[in-house]
Amino acid sequence: MTLTTLQRNWPVVALIVGVTIGAIAPLALGLSSPGFYFEVLLGGLMSGVLYSLVALGFVLIFKASGVFNFAQGAMVLFAALSLARLSEHMPLAVAFVVSVAIMAVFAWVVERFVLRHLVNQDAVVLLMATLGITYFLDGFGQLVWGSDIYRIETGLPKTPVMVLDNIFEGGILINTEDFVAAAVAALLVLALAVFFQKTSTGRALRAVADDHQAAQSIGIPLNRIWVIVWTVAGFVALVAGMIWGSKLGVQFSLSLIALKALPVVILGGFTSVPGAIIGGLIIGVGEKFAEVFLSPIAVNAFDLAGGGIENWFAYVLALVFLLVRPEGLFGEKHIDRV
Amino acid sequence: MLYRENGQFKTSYVEDQQILPIVQDRWFMLALLAVAYFALPAFASDYLLRALIIPFLILAIAAIGLNILVGYCGQISLGTAAFMAIGAYAAYNLVVRVPMLNFLIVLVLAGAIAALVGVLFGIPSLRIKGLYLAVATLAAQFFVDWVFARVKWFTNYSPSGSVSTAPIEMFGWTMESPLDRYLFVLTIAVVLTLAAKNLVRGHIGRSWMAMRDMDVAAEVIGIRPLYAKLSAFAVSSFYAGVSGALWGFVHLGAWEPLAFNINMSLNLLFMIIIGGMGSLLGAYFGAAFIVLLPILLNQIPGMFGIRVDVALSSHLELIIFGSLIVFFLIAEPHGLARLWAIGKEKMRLWPFPH
Repeated sequence: MTLTTLQRNWPVVALIVGVTIGAIAPLALGLSSPGFYFEVLLGGLMSGVLYSLVALGFVLIFKASGVFNFAQGAMVLFAALSLARLSEHMPLAVAFVVSVAIMAVFAWVVERFVLRHLVNQDAVVLLMATLGITYFLDGFGQLVWGSDIYRIETGLPKTPVMVLDNIFEGGILINTEDFVAAAVAALLVLALAVFFQKTSTGRALRAVADDHQAAQSIGIPLNRIWVIVWTVAGFVALVAGMIWGSKLGVQFSLSLIALKALPVVILGGFTSVPGAIIGGLIIGVGEKFAEVFLSPIAVNAFDLAGGGIENWFAYVLALVFLLVRPEGLFGEKHIDRV
Repeated sequence: MLYRENGQFKTSYVEDQQILPIVQDRWFMLALLAVAYFALPAFASDYLLRALIIPFLILAIAAIGLNILVGYCGQISLGTAAFMAIGAYAAYNLVVRVPMLNFLIVLVLAGAIAALVGVLFGIPSLRIKGLYLAVATLAAQFFVDWVFARVKWFTNYSPSGSVSTAPIEMFGWTMESPLDRYLFVLTIAVVLTLAAKNLVRGHIGRSWMAMRDMDVAAEVIGIRPLYAKLSAFAVSSFYAGVSGALWGFVHLGAWEPLAFNINMSLNLLFMIIIGGMGSLLGAYFGAAFIVLLPILLNQIPGMFGIRVDVALSSHLELIIFGSLIVFFLIAEPHGLARLWAIGKEKMRLWPFPH
């Protein structure tokens, strides 16, 4: 790495150094046993996968339509609620397909009744419109599907497995379910990559993402593309909601937790799919570490009434990042500087 | 024809620069103030004052603050409630720790502290704008929520984490009845609205609007973005802080850490979208709307003999809020205030619209 690129990329370098130090510190300082350390790490990665999935839907929509979709979290909740309630009456696979159809209808409604009327508006106006969609979806979802806590029975084994117990004392306790979930997420990302690279629809989507006007001038129907991309985002939301719902149950708080996708996309860059994934993992692990290892220290030092650093860790990390590198880790260089 | 301004000639600069240049508007404003100060106290029940009008006025102050930031300066904020919380806790600590302070001074100081923190969180706005700023203000929201829930010093080591206040006392006057509190809040709202009106029509307000409309052009004509933006953050947070202190002391009396959560921030944003961005009148309209809607939703079905349970009406409320926001953004981006202006124009021309 030459000096100039180093100078330009110092926030990235600093982040990598920070992440490495943060990751090693608990072990090096003897704050935890190796087994516990890896359990926390895996737990963080797991919630990171979920953040990544939410952020992924977010990035898809932002690239294709320039909409900062505040409603992605509400979409996760709505999709998960639909799946949970439908699967009470039919097999999970059928319920999944029906839920996809519901999300497609939702995408059409959003395009027809909201986006179409707000073309060429300021990005902030679009953001506020998605705030409206968020409220609508939260209310509508709970009105139709009920507002209790529901479980999605995926039929996956929930038994924890002990691994690596011959390497160090205590071993690591892992849920098999978590592994399946991570595999599903990876598969989804792979499928999306194929969809975007190999199909003509995917090519059209990428063209729109690159340049709206140029895409329109060669005959790509923008309105239909928006429906498709919102449907894809709805699909991603459904998968995220399914994994989340089977782990923790579907409930209203899902909508708020999913807001963490916003710092994730700030960290990874608004327009970058790999950024969403890596950003999600960094934030997932980072906040778990902060909660488990940093919180007790902070509580002792400042005499706090309990930890809870994970509630703001992601946002403050994103805030710091905004100050030094507003385009994120992998985002496009061009940014409207003030 | 219902009113006309014919024959009202302005012959001096002072006349030309009045806030309400038309005689009828001045009479209307006076009548409104008279109703607020004399008629309402005479007729309104305690419940009406306590549950509707006091929260309406306090939220309107916060909405004015947010409107200065979003509507006039064009910087989006999703964290207004955080600055309200700062105002509320600052006032609480001042009252507890410096008991001899007059409550009016406490209010000003609470606003000033909120303004200081607001400037701090506004610093990112110098480098980023629009969508990115939304996340920066979200950071303020969640961080402040956490600080007041966890750092015991701010709640004066109360075991439950919630704080309670004694009735406000100043100049030997103890505010106990809803009527007293209403008059106090009303006076503050009037003063702050007048101040805001003068700010936005003066030099500083014009620099905010210039930043909003096109920041590069504003800089070219000699407006310093640093001052324009940070002053908008400061003024906005000051209003939010004062309103937060009033919300805690006058409306709630006792509150827990999550009284100022993100939903409150979003509700305030909805107030100015529905009421009208870039309009002080809009802040009042929006606040009235948001305070009234849940109550109407509870009452209206009951009038027709339909029973609606609480969960259903709260879900309906979300749906209606959401739809209205989208509707207003599409159909009338300047909100109820613009509809009011159109109505006034119609009244002026009626019945000969040409």
